[in-house]
Amino acid sequence: MTAALETRSLCKSFGALTVAEQIDFRLDRGARHALIGPNGAGKTTFINMLTGRLDPTTGQILLGGEDITDLGQSQRVKRGLGRTFQINTLFRNVSVVDNVAFAVAEREGFAWRMFRPASRYREVLDESMALIETLGLAGDARRSVAGLPYGKQRLVEIAIALGLRPRVLLLDEPAAGVPSMESDRILDVLDALPKEIAILIIEHDMDLVFRFAQRITVLTQGAVLAEGTPAEIAANDDVRKVYLGERHG
Amino acid sequence: MTHSGGYIADPRIRAVEWLPWVAAVICYFAAPSYLPLGSYVLIMVIFALSLDLVLGYGGVITLGHSAYFGIGAYTAGILAVRLTGEPLLGLLAGTVAAGLFGLVTGLVILRTRGLALLMLTLAITSLCLEIANKATSWTGGADGLGGFTVQPILGIFKFDMFGKTAYLYCLLVTLACWWLVRRMVYSPFGASLTGVRENNVRMHAVGAPVYLRLVVAYTISAALAGLAGALLTQTTQFVGLKVLGFELSGELMVMLILGGVGRIYGAFVGPLIYLVAQDYLAKQFPEYWYFGIGTMLVLVVMFARGGLLGIVDIAVARVRRWLT
Repeated sequence: MTAALETRSLCKSFGALTVAEQIDFRLDRGARHALIGPNGAGKTTFINMLTGRLDPTTGQILLGGEDITDLGQSQRVKRGLGRTFQINTLFRNVSVVDNVAFAVAEREGFAWRMFRPASRYREVLDESMALIETLGLAGDARRSVAGLPYGKQRLVEIAIALGLRPRVLLLDEPAAGVPSMESDRILDVLDALPKEIAILIIEHDMDLVFRFAQRITVLTQGAVLAEGTPAEIAANDDVRKVYLGERHG
Repeated sequence: MTHSGGYIADPRIRAVEWLPWVAAVICYFAAPSYLPLGSYVLIMVIFALSLDLVLGYGGVITLGHSAYFGIGAYTAGILAVRLTGEPLLGLLAGTVAAGLFGLVTGLVILRTRGLALLMLTLAITSLCLEIANKATSWTGGADGLGGFTVQPILGIFKFDMFGKTAYLYCLLVTLACWWLVRRMVYSPFGASLTGVRENNVRMHAVGAPVYLRLVVAYTISAALAGLAGALLTQTTQFVGLKVLGFELSGELMVMLILGGVGRIYGAFVGPLIYLVAQDYLAKQFPEYWYFGIGTMLVLVVMFARGGLLGIVDIAVARVRRWLT
C-alpha cells in the first residue's frame, strides 16, 4: 500500500553542517507514529522539510505517492499536509474562532473573495465552531488567543491544523510547556482524532509518546537510529545509550 | 472603533460611522472659505486609506507610497494636457496607471521583508521623482505641470474658483473609496490580510499564498493612492514634483499613526488633525509649526500606540466599565 507520507534519502546541509542525513521514513495511512530524539537531533528540521519551510539539499518527499519535493508550502497544505508548531504560532490578537476560520476559509478557497462580508460565510463559521467545540474550547471561541492559558493555545494550534482537513498531520511537540494535567487533555484530543488521518508526532514527553504511538522512529544527529514498535524501541540498547548515556547502555 | 474584520465581526455600518460624512457635509455649508483645505483633507484620507490597507491590514511597512500617488497625479495631468480634461477619465487613468505600477513593483519588492523592503520602497519613489524631474517635456520638471483645464464633471458640474464643486467631487470619491475599503476589510480577503499581518508563518502553514495575496493588496492600495493623486491634480489643476517626494510618504505615515493604524477611521482622523493643525500652526508660528506636529506624534507614540482613536477606545471602555 502507498504510504501516506514517505521520504527517500532526505538530506539537508547548511554549508559543512549536515542536519539531516539520508533519512528514509515511511508514515502509513492512519498511522500513529512518533519521532523522538535528543535536542538538536534534527526533528524540527525534518518537519520543516516535510512542510516546505526548508528545502532539502537532496532526496525526495512523497505525499500519498506524489512527489511534493519541489512544491511550496501552500501547495503541500492543499494536498493534505497539516502541521502544528513547537512554539505557538497563532494569530494572537484575533479570536479563537477566527484563528480556525482562517484555515477553513483557505481550504475552501474563500480567502480571495473581497466583497461579501466574511461573517456571511456561515459554512466557515459553523465548521470552525464545531471544531472548537470538539476540542473543548467552545467557551473561549470569541476570546482573543493572546488571553488564553498556554495549554488552550496548544489546542488552538491543533484546531487550526484540523481546519485544513489534513490527510497527514505533523504535530511538533504538542504538549511542550503544558502542565501535566493539561497534557492529558491534549492526549485525549489526539486519541479522538479521526482514524483516517496519519499522525506524526514529535514529543519529548515519553509517557505521552508511548501511550500514543504505534510506531516510533528515533533520530540522532540528523540520521535515523532506530525504528519499531514502542516495545522494540524501549528494549533497544542504542536508544537507551542516546537517552541515558553510555554507562547505562 | 477598531475594524479588524474577521468571521465574527458585524459588517453592518454603525451609526457612529456616518459621523465623518455628516461632519463633511456640515463643513460644506458652515466653512465655505475652508473648502480647498477640506478637499485636500479628503484626498489625503483616500491616500491614508490606501496606506492603511497595506500597512494596517497587510503589515507591509512602506515609505514609498508617494510613488503611486505621484504616478496617478502625473497621469491625470499629462492626460489633461495632451488628450482630454475629462475628469472621470483622468481619475480612471490615474488609478489604472498607479495600479499597474503597483503590480509590477509589488511583484519585485514583496519578495523581501523588513528593512530591505523599506529601502526598496524608498528607492522606487526616489527613482520616480528623478524620472519626473528629468522628463521635462512630459512633466514640466521642477516647474511642474499646469495650464490645463479640467472639464465639467459629467459635462454638467463646472469646477468653480471657490472650490465647491471640487469639494463635493472629492467627497463623493472618498465615500466610494471608503465603501470599497470597508467592504474589503470585512471580507474573507481582508481577514486573510489580517492573518498575514498577525502571523506570516502561520498563514503559510494554513496554505495561504501569502506573497500573491500581498501583491494583490499592494496593487489595490497603489491604485487607490493613484486615484488620490489624480484627484489632487484635477482639483488644483497643477501637479508638481512634491507629489513624488519621500516627504509626502513620511507625512502620510505620520498622519496614519496619529489617527491609528489598521482601523479604517484612523485614515480619516489622522489627516484631518494633521492638516488642520498644520494650517493653524503655520499661521500662528510660521517658523516652528512642525514643532507642534512633532510633539503630537511623540505623545501619541509614547502614550497611545493605537493613535488618537486608540485613546477614544480606551476612554469608551473606561466609561463603560464605570457605568457597569
